[in-house]
Formats: sequence, C-alpha cells, structure tokens
Amino acid sequence: MTSVREWIYSGRHAVSERWHHAPRWMRWAVIAAVIVFFYALPNREFYQWLGPIPTTGSNFGQVLFTISIYVLLAVGLNIVVGFAGLLDLGYFGFFAVGAYTVAVLTSPSSDLKTLWPWLLALPVALVLTMISGVMLGTPTLRLRGDYLAIVTLGFAEMIRVAATSSEFLKGQRGFNQIPHPPGSYADGKPIFGVLDPRPYYWLVLTLIILVVIGVRNLNRSRVGRAWISIREDEDAAQLMGVPTFKFKLWAFASGAFIGGLAGALFAGKQNFVSSQNLELLNSIIILAAVILGGSGNIVGAIVGGGLVAYMIERFRGIELLGIQLYEYRFMFFGLVLVVMMIFRPQGLIPNRRRAAEFKDRRKEVIVGG
Amino acid sequence: MTTLLEIEDVSLLYGRIKALHGISITVNEGEIVALIGANGAGKSTTMRAISGIRPVASGSIRFAGEDITKLRADLRVRRGLCQAPEGRGIFPGMTVLENLDMGAYTRRDRAEVAKDLARVLELFPRLQERRKQVGGTLSGGEQQMLAVGRALMSRPKLLLLDEPSMGLAPMLIQQIFSIITEINEQGTTILLVEQNAQQALARAHRAYVLETGRIVKEGTGAELLHDPSVKEAYLGVA
Repeated sequence: MTSVREWIYSGRHAVSERWHHAPRWMRWAVIAAVIVFFYALPNREFYQWLGPIPTTGSNFGQVLFTISIYVLLAVGLNIVVGFAGLLDLGYFGFFAVGAYTVAVLTSPSSDLKTLWPWLLALPVALVLTMISGVMLGTPTLRLRGDYLAIVTLGFAEMIRVAATSSEFLKGQRGFNQIPHPPGSYADGKPIFGVLDPRPYYWLVLTLIILVVIGVRNLNRSRVGRAWISIREDEDAAQLMGVPTFKFKLWAFASGAFIGGLAGALFAGKQNFVSSQNLELLNSIIILAAVILGGSGNIVGAIVGGGLVAYMIERFRGIELLGIQLYEYRFMFFGLVLVVMMIFRPQGLIPNRRRAAEFKDRRKEVIVGG
Repeated sequence: MTTLLEIEDVSLLYGRIKALHGISITVNEGEIVALIGANGAGKSTTMRAISGIRPVASGSIRFAGEDITKLRADLRVRRGLCQAPEGRGIFPGMTVLENLDMGAYTRRDRAEVAKDLARVLELFPRLQERRKQVGGTLSGGEQQMLAVGRALMSRPKLLLLDEPSMGLAPMLIQQIFSIITEINEQGTTILLVEQNAQQALARAHRAYVLETGRIVKEGTGAELLHDPSVKEAYLGVA
C-alpha cells in the first residue's frame, strides 16, 4: 500500500513540478486550450468524436450544464471550506435562496405578480443571498468547528422545509414559467430557449471563468492571507491582528454570493423551481466535490465539482448483469470517497499549504499517541 | 518611568470556574517583567486576558494610557501589543517568511517592515537558513524562534511571550533567553510567562509569582531569585 501511495505522490509531484517550472507562455497556452476544449465540448460533431466521454441515456449538453452548475458551486464552497476552513454543510441553502428569489420575482405563479425579467431579478437574488450569508454568519461564525457545521446544516433544512410547507413558496407545485436570460440571434430567435441547453452551458462556463479570476485575485490579496491564517490557527491569526470574525464573514458572504448566482442561473434555465430541487444530498455532494478535488485549491475545486457531477451522470443508461448502474450511483460515489480518504486525504489536486497542514496534524497525532 | 501596561483587579472565568481572582500587574516601559508560577496557576490565562483572546469578567486593563479592557484582540495588536503564543502557535502550512510576513499583517509601512524582517533574521540566523521551509516541518526550538520573530514583526511596544522556553533543550533555552534580553535592550518592553523560573528571574527586572489565580508575591528579579519560599517552590532548592 505504501508503494502505491508513493507512486501516486511522486507522479503528481512530477506533474506539478513541471507545471510550475514551465514557461509562462506555455502555461497560458495550456489554459487556453483547456478553455477552448470546454467551449467546444457541447457540440455534437465534437463530442461524438471523443468516444466514451459523452454520457449515455441523456442529452449531453444538458448534462454539461448540470456539471457546470456543480463546478460553480464547488468554486464557491471552496472559498468557505478550502480557504477559510469553515465547515459548511448547508451550502446548497444559498443556491436555494438564489433560485427562489428569481422565481418569486419573475414567475407568474408567484403571489407577488411582479413578473420581472430574469436579468432584473438576478442582482436582487445575488444581494439577497449575500445578506442571507451575513445573517447566518453573524451569530454562527463566533462558534467553531462542529457547531458551525450543525448550524449550517440546519439552515439548509430550514429553507427546504420553508419551501415545502409555505404557501408563499408553493411547495412541491413550485414556480413555473420563470423567464430565460435575455438575448436573441440575428434572426430574432432567442439565444436562451427551451430546446438547446448549450447557450446556458456557455453562459455558466463564462461566469465560472470570471468568478475564478475574481476568487484567485482575492485569494492572493491580504484577504486571502487572512483566510489562510484563520484556517491554520485561528487564535494565532487573531494574535497577529487579523480581524478573524470579519474575514470569516467575508468568506461566508462571498461563498453565498456564488451559490446564489448558481441558483439564479439554474432557475433561468430550468424554467421551474420547486422544493424537490432542495435535497440535503446536494450540499453533501458539493462538499464532497471540494474535498475530493483538493480543498483550498481552485483548480482542485473545479476538477472535483466536474468529476463528481460527471461521474453521477455517467452511470445513467449503463446496464451491467441486468442491473441499472444509475440506481447504485451513490454507492460508487461513497466508495470512491472512502478510497480517496485512505490514499489521498488532501484531495486530487491539493493546495501546497493544505498538504503541509495535513502532515503537521499527522505528526501531532504521532507525538501525542 | 512611564507605565505601559496596567492590569487592575482582573478576574476571568472559564464557564463557572474562576481562573483569575482579581490580579493586578504593572509593566513599565523598557522593562522585562516575568510572571512565574506552577502549571495551572493562571499564567497563560493572564496572557489571554491581556491579548484579548479571552474576555475578562471584571477589572480593567490599561495600555499606553488607554483602557483596552473591551477592545478586540486584533485592534490591540494595532495599538502595539503583540503576543507570541504558547507552543506551536505558528502557521504550519506557511513558510518561515510567510509566517514572519503574517506578523506584519497590521502594518502598511513596507520599507520599515523590510527593515524589521532583516533584523529578525539577524536575531535568528536559523530562520534565515530555513526561510523557504514550511513552518510545520521546523523543530520545536525553531518554531519557538519563529513565534517570537513573528511577534516582533508587528513592531510591538509590548511583547508578550508565553512560555518561550517550553520543550526546549537547555542550550536552546539559554539562547532564547539571551535573545529576549537583546530584544529588550533594543527597546521593546517584554512581559514574559515562564515555568523556568530560574532563567526568567535572572533576566527579568521585576517579577510576579502567580498561585491558583492570585498574585502571591512580587519584587525585582534578583529579590525573588533569593527569596526562600520562591526558592523552595519554584527553583527546586531548599
């Protein structure tokens, strides 16, 4: 087992070494190629040529949209869990706030009857999710570790229960006819229609790129340093003059903002939002994606979110010995997580610091025991 | 001599347990003041009260003429009060330089920070050697030096040191105490909590003896070093 582990470590080390020592233009070229690949991916002519990569039994463009939403959520949750080290088990609650705000303001089934266009509801949704993040964070971020996890878990459940049972939020009947994002082609047909999921995917992909650029800059600034110091040792951070509560709240609000964005995009694509969209499982899946990819690393979160959402969809339509594998998708998912936690607890693409923190903790266990 | 830190009748609770029973401590500018006592006497708790990590139940803390009893911990750092935390209080995933950089978190005067960095690396040549190494991989002594150096990076008026000699080999203890004296001679006031009473009293201008949350004795370092009861209780000689 040790040798396998070493092999994995050394392989990954070689790749990361080569990447960090590659000239700048080469890195940019690789990044550009990856981006072009993902923009081209939903085109049938392109993905059919890729062999077994596209999913079976479902519309690949639609699957890609779902995956992109998960990636966006993973990038957002990575700020909270990966950077600031706050265990948030109810991240999907912010997605819900975003989706429902759009639904309530735009749908004809809403009691408000405001019937706003999607684009007008979007900023309101983003502001409201941020406010909900601050409201949830203000009392709870004074708590640490386990307490925070339980309170956030409660928050997501509260939203789910409210959505299920409140008359205003329409329960399982939900909101329908939520308008799509604006825009039309030259011939007058809308870009964001019902039939073609690709424009939505491209929109989310573009937003992911923008969000990643923003998050990356934030993480390299004083704010990012403060987050890392809080994650590594909150007391020490405070003793160095870091206003820990303020920065934890910031991490929470930024994460909420991105979660709300994902929710609003989802509502604009799906046309329909109901309490059935709000399973607790979603929060767990996103958290698993962040940890699987490498908590604290933006690329890790993207890979984790993409991989998890893709794997779950990939099982659809595959039959083995008369069993529909899709039915057992979460069992495989759990299995993968267990194996990962044994061999690579720091995730697929870990953060350099994060890896050192893990080592430090392991050393501490040995010293203590 | 002007008073820099004045703690008056401070009590502190951990839940329902009273950890400090109205202690009063004064630190004058330019001094090294030591706080000695056995395990659980309340030394580290006193430190936490001063740095603001723990709220006090009653009493007042004045620093540089201002009441800071209710001030947030991070704002106390900005006023010039910085603590090197006990034991492994460094950031394990950051390199030595990144750790030191965190010490200067509250400062924006880059040129002066660079000067202080040079000074710290001069004080601790070991840190200079290991500057690119990740904090968690340092030895106990190196981590301790890093914690002291990092606190110095905030250019504090008052440096709080919590057990700087804990877990160190005798030679390293000597070394760290002579560095503490040097820091003091360069103009930083120091309040020091120690179990190693011998060293602490030898280096300190004044000292307090803490027993179960109360100050039971105070005097100059030399006085306490020769005090029979202190000798018996803390210095291991009858």
